[in-house]
Amino acid sequence: MSSREQILAAAKQNTLKRYNKPDYTELEKQALTFDNKIEKFCEMMKAVGGQVAVLEEGQNINDVIKAHFPDAKRIATNLKEVTCLGQPQAITCATFHPDDVEKPGELNGTDLAILQGHLGVCENAAVWVKQDMEQRTIFFISEAIVLIVDRNTLVNNMHEAYKKVETGDMGYATFISGPSKTADIEQALVMGAHGARVALAILV
Amino acid sequence: MSTKHSKSAEAFQKNKEMAKWHDQTLWLVREKRDRQSKGVPEWELLREMAMQTKLYSNSHLPELLEEFEKNAIANGVHVHWAKDAEEYNEIIYGILKKHNVKKFIKSKSMLSEECELNEHLIEKGIDVVESDLGERIIQLMHKKPSHIVMPAIHIKKEEIGELFVKEMDTEPGNNDQTYLTHAARRNLRQKFIEAEAAMTGANFVVASTGEAVVCTNEGNADMGTSQPKIQITAFGIDKIVPNREALGIFTRLLARSATGQPITTYTAHYQKPRHGGELHFVIVDNGRTEILKDEKHVKTMNCIRCAACMNTCPVYRRSGGYSYTYFIPGPIGINLGMLKGAKKYYDNVSACSLCHSCQDVCPVKVDLADQIYDWRQKLDKFGVASSEKKRMSQGIKFLMERPKLFNFAMSAGHLLNSFPRFMVYNNLNDWGKDRELPKFAKESFNEMWKKNKVK
Repeated sequence: MSSREQILAAAKQNTLKRYNKPDYTELEKQALTFDNKIEKFCEMMKAVGGQVAVLEEGQNINDVIKAHFPDAKRIATNLKEVTCLGQPQAITCATFHPDDVEKPGELNGTDLAILQGHLGVCENAAVWVKQDMEQRTIFFISEAIVLIVDRNTLVNNMHEAYKKVETGDMGYATFISGPSKTADIEQALVMGAHGARVALAILV
Repeated sequence: MSTKHSKSAEAFQKNKEMAKWHDQTLWLVREKRDRQSKGVPEWELLREMAMQTKLYSNSHLPELLEEFEKNAIANGVHVHWAKDAEEYNEIIYGILKKHNVKKFIKSKSMLSEECELNEHLIEKGIDVVESDLGERIIQLMHKKPSHIVMPAIHIKKEEIGELFVKEMDTEPGNNDQTYLTHAARRNLRQKFIEAEAAMTGANFVVASTGEAVVCTNEGNADMGTSQPKIQITAFGIDKIVPNREALGIFTRLLARSATGQPITTYTAHYQKPRHGGELHFVIVDNGRTEILKDEKHVKTMNCIRCAACMNTCPVYRRSGGYSYTYFIPGPIGINLGMLKGAKKYYDNVSACSLCHSCQDVCPVKVDLADQIYDWRQKLDKFGVASSEKKRMSQGIKFLMERPKLFNFAMSAGHLLNSFPRFMVYNNLNDWGKDRELPKFAKESFNEMWKKNKVK
């Protein structure tokens, strides 16, 4: 018998009692919701060590990015334009496409990556980002990231989020909530363990 | 009456300052967890649903694992099954050997500690680099983790500073945490880029999508798996959950319970290999199907390894992870150790005051303290009960069955109060070690009752 068959047979034989799948309806009904989602998302983004900006009517997204990262020189994005308050705006502040390299390691030294967030979660400031380029290392290897989130995609909690998110054809997606962090040395919180040191969410 | 745990705990307590820091620091983590749980009004319902989901999934393992496998294969993943640690180690070594991998980067996996993977691979000549900062520190120090979420919690920054001078060329005497963390960031960045294969554990695997979910704050798992094109993700069969709705529950509970955060920075979902790459899932039993048979202890399979039970445990906080003889310390480790080998790991069952705080905070409602109590009742059956305790119990039984003798002993008890100290506090009396005995009352309750003195 293969190990696969042995494990499955042992699991079957050793299970004493079979429990029913629970019904989440009541939990999902009782789960945290927020009257003002934009306000809550912004509050949580700051609480997890991130930065946040809400794009105003007439504002150009490139100006917001440059104002936050005046010293960024190597700026990566695969986005040509983003829809801001119903209007398309071209991304003009980026300097290269992350797939312009041969090896992912060459992206080391990227100052900033501008990424499309597909959904934001108010209870924890998590933003759903899916791989839509070859080099997904750009999400992590950049010194800073900008997550562009349509304010209409904000959901209250993770139950709502998982009903909506899609992983996409490349088969990788992640929630990102704030900058990379660690407290492994004497529990002192330090931003920028391995991933981005700074994370800015822009609600458009 | 001393167990290996109590002896090691005594040694841990010798460094009073460190012991106090350890206790207080872990309590701060517990307080952060409390603030998070109180911010979620439906917290108790969330725990209940998490427990019920785990009971469901762990009692439907064959169906769920087969569904998971089918979906993973359809996604282009190589799926392997390992019945024990040896097979797990061989499968992983086999993949690395096939691709001639010499440089291997890992993110934290308690399963790899359980199976002693690193030792196995290093022996075969593979350069294994741990990438979680805490794990990297203890790897460079040739130590073992003392906590499952904060592996280097027992090490002071001065020691880390000294280590980094040697290993990462940092300035001697600069022990600033930010400085040291960023030095490790630079040092490990090169290791990520040079690695030829990357490995992670998994927090959850999802039957309906065939994906593995990995939660980190540092981003080390994702950095690793986005550099080399070969990825190995290995996990125990207890990591399975039925669908993404279930993930909604566990991702709300895990980080809140573990570190007091609303969610980890990264919650990655691995479904497919990268273009031109390979993704391997290794499904591991290593004793887990045996636990299913044990009615009293099957709930340990619910565990999501958040370590909330350690952070709250008054014994763990005051004795440190190394006082336990099993590689997972604290309340969950006591129970998992007993399931692994009761005769080998029974010393740990003494490391519990039965305060039950662990089972109050456990996000998946493992009845940790009740289980420890149950193990203690079985010690005699395993032939490892303490002989002193047995003698005492027998003595008390003898006394209790003889009311006259009992009453005489009670009335004479107060005479002990005036005995010279050396006659009461000595090696024969375990109750007088490291503590002062209470004074015996002149009159027993029984006597007071009879004289109508009890109001």
